[in-house]
Amino acid sequence: MTSCVAEEPIKKIAIFGGTHGNELTGVFLVTHWLKNGAEIQRKGLEVKPFITNPRAVEKCARYIDCDLNRVFNLENLSKELSEDLPYEVRRAQEINDLFGPKNSDNSYDVVFDLHNTTSNMGCTLILEDSRNDFLIQMFHYIKTSLAPLPCYVYLIEHPSLKYSTTRSIAKYPVGIEVGPQPQGVLRADILDQMRRMIRHALDFIHHFNEGKEFPPCAIEVYKIMEKVDYPRNESGEVAAVIHPSLQDQDWKPLNPGDPVFVSLDGKIITLGGDCTVYPVFVNEAAYYEKKEAFAKTTKLTLNAKSIRSTLH
Amino acid sequence: MSSLPAPREPLRRVAVTGGTHGNEMCGIYLIRHWLQAPGELQRASFSAMPVLANPAATAACRRYVDRDLNRTFTLTLLSSTATPSDPYEVTRAQELNRLLGPKGTDQAFDFVLDLHNTTANTGVCLISEASHSAFSLHLCHYLQLQSLGVPCRLLQYETSGKETYSVESVSKDGICLELGPQPQGVLRADLFSQMRTLVASILDFIELFNQGMAFPAFEMDIYRVLGSVDFPRTADGDLTGTVHPQLQDHDFEPLRPGEPIFKLFSGEDVLYEGNSTVYPVFINEAAYYEKHVAFLKSERIRVQVPALPGLTSSSTLAP
Repeated sequence: MTSCVAEEPIKKIAIFGGTHGNELTGVFLVTHWLKNGAEIQRKGLEVKPFITNPRAVEKCARYIDCDLNRVFNLENLSKELSEDLPYEVRRAQEINDLFGPKNSDNSYDVVFDLHNTTSNMGCTLILEDSRNDFLIQMFHYIKTSLAPLPCYVYLIEHPSLKYSTTRSIAKYPVGIEVGPQPQGVLRADILDQMRRMIRHALDFIHHFNEGKEFPPCAIEVYKIMEKVDYPRNESGEVAAVIHPSLQDQDWKPLNPGDPVFVSLDGKIITLGGDCTVYPVFVNEAAYYEKKEAFAKTTKLTLNAKSIRSTLH
Repeated sequence: MSSLPAPREPLRRVAVTGGTHGNEMCGIYLIRHWLQAPGELQRASFSAMPVLANPAATAACRRYVDRDLNRTFTLTLLSSTATPSDPYEVTRAQELNRLLGPKGTDQAFDFVLDLHNTTANTGVCLISEASHSAFSLHLCHYLQLQSLGVPCRLLQYETSGKETYSVESVSKDGICLELGPQPQGVLRADLFSQMRTLVASILDFIELFNQGMAFPAFEMDIYRVLGSVDFPRTADGDLTGTVHPQLQDHDFEPLRPGEPIFKLFSGEDVLYEGNSTVYPVFINEAAYYEKHVAFLKSERIRVQVPALPGLTSSSTLAP
């Protein structure tokens, strides 16, 4: 048998909701599972649902002081605790104590972090590391199980654009992003899709722990290339909006010369460069302040070796 | 329908307000644009004044800072003595009342058009108080005749017994324009240009009225608010479900007794138990969770609208 990777069985899993307090699907799924968790339990696994930013959830805001999903770097996690620290940095340290410590043997095996976007991204899995056979196998399983419903994989591996996510404290961090859904709104269709993604993910882990061998597989992923800001005027205000022909067209090819923005007085700005890109997070509400109108990605294929749990 | 009040003088002092809710982006961007380039708001007989209604909430990209500005224009709040501890929106409502009112007086603006977005799939929706109906019914009918490619509906709410409280209530006549669906904090080019076209048509209608045009009688369907329905909740107030997929995005479509309205997290459906067909509006609007409103129930009624007589030549304005 060629190169089957033997991996440790999974023991501890966390499902995070409310990392952004106005992305309601994760907030309500986690709140529901805290009271009635039968559907997320699997034999031999500890699965812990957890609200990561309760104060932001209470306020129905993305965050209180700063974005919780950007502060899980070692600098913030090792800061001396004080009342002067932003709320989310203090909270990140608590989460790191409970589910980490990041990069240690004690950390949780898998963290699923549940998010929504106002962009038309459908079911999206976010991958942080292109060489992670276990997660590529898991994402392959989820994609296959959801078909014909599309499920896309967004790879955020990048020397400068990768950010310090809440889930990055786990050995296997999984971002789950489902849209479009406005902030502060809970849609039943989106809720059902996210619930199915979690169910398939847990089933995969269960099969893996039971000793099932997963043969080599390949998945298509969209790797971040660069973030594109809105055109702005001298005072920094947005001076053009996403063009109607790009709006809602996440994951679709965008070619040089295609319209990207339209200014408030009707001027059209087109895509430069000489290559086709695949836009994601098109017109996401929370990214206006991050100066991101959309991100350009490139499409590539990732291969995973066969995997099997070491117990069998 | 009995005779209804209609203006008998040209509407000379007109304002367009946006950013009453600081995360409803179409009005905010239109007002910002018009503050720089007001040409689009000018007509022969008047120039509409653009007003950013809630600048602090707009800067924070939130609906409001301390309280909902669009519920703050009551005579009690407008006439209360200012103190440093007043909620921001009370202070701002008093400022706007000085600018556009005072409410209920002859000095008040003739017409205020207040621009809003909703996360609900309402399409184009004009909202007016029932007492303002003659002019607003003709305005809505005029928009319907412009072939904008989408239905334009009028939602009326009764304030009888209750005081009016909306931004446009400071003016003698006014209307609220809602456009959806658009998420909070997002500006969509399609809705932005649609709202821009609608504002232009509304100003055109006022101009025609000012020039003395008479508008004939007609019949139309309007929607009248009957009440609201809250989400299913636990005793502690937590949601136990959300709007059913069969109701989601079906604003202004008939909801019959026995049809599903909510999907519980447990998987069960909650059915509509009323005894007559209603027309839900503002289904799953983000800002209404805190108001305990999953949707409004309205009734569809056919109204006979009397002609809007032309202004006499002595009262019309020379171009």
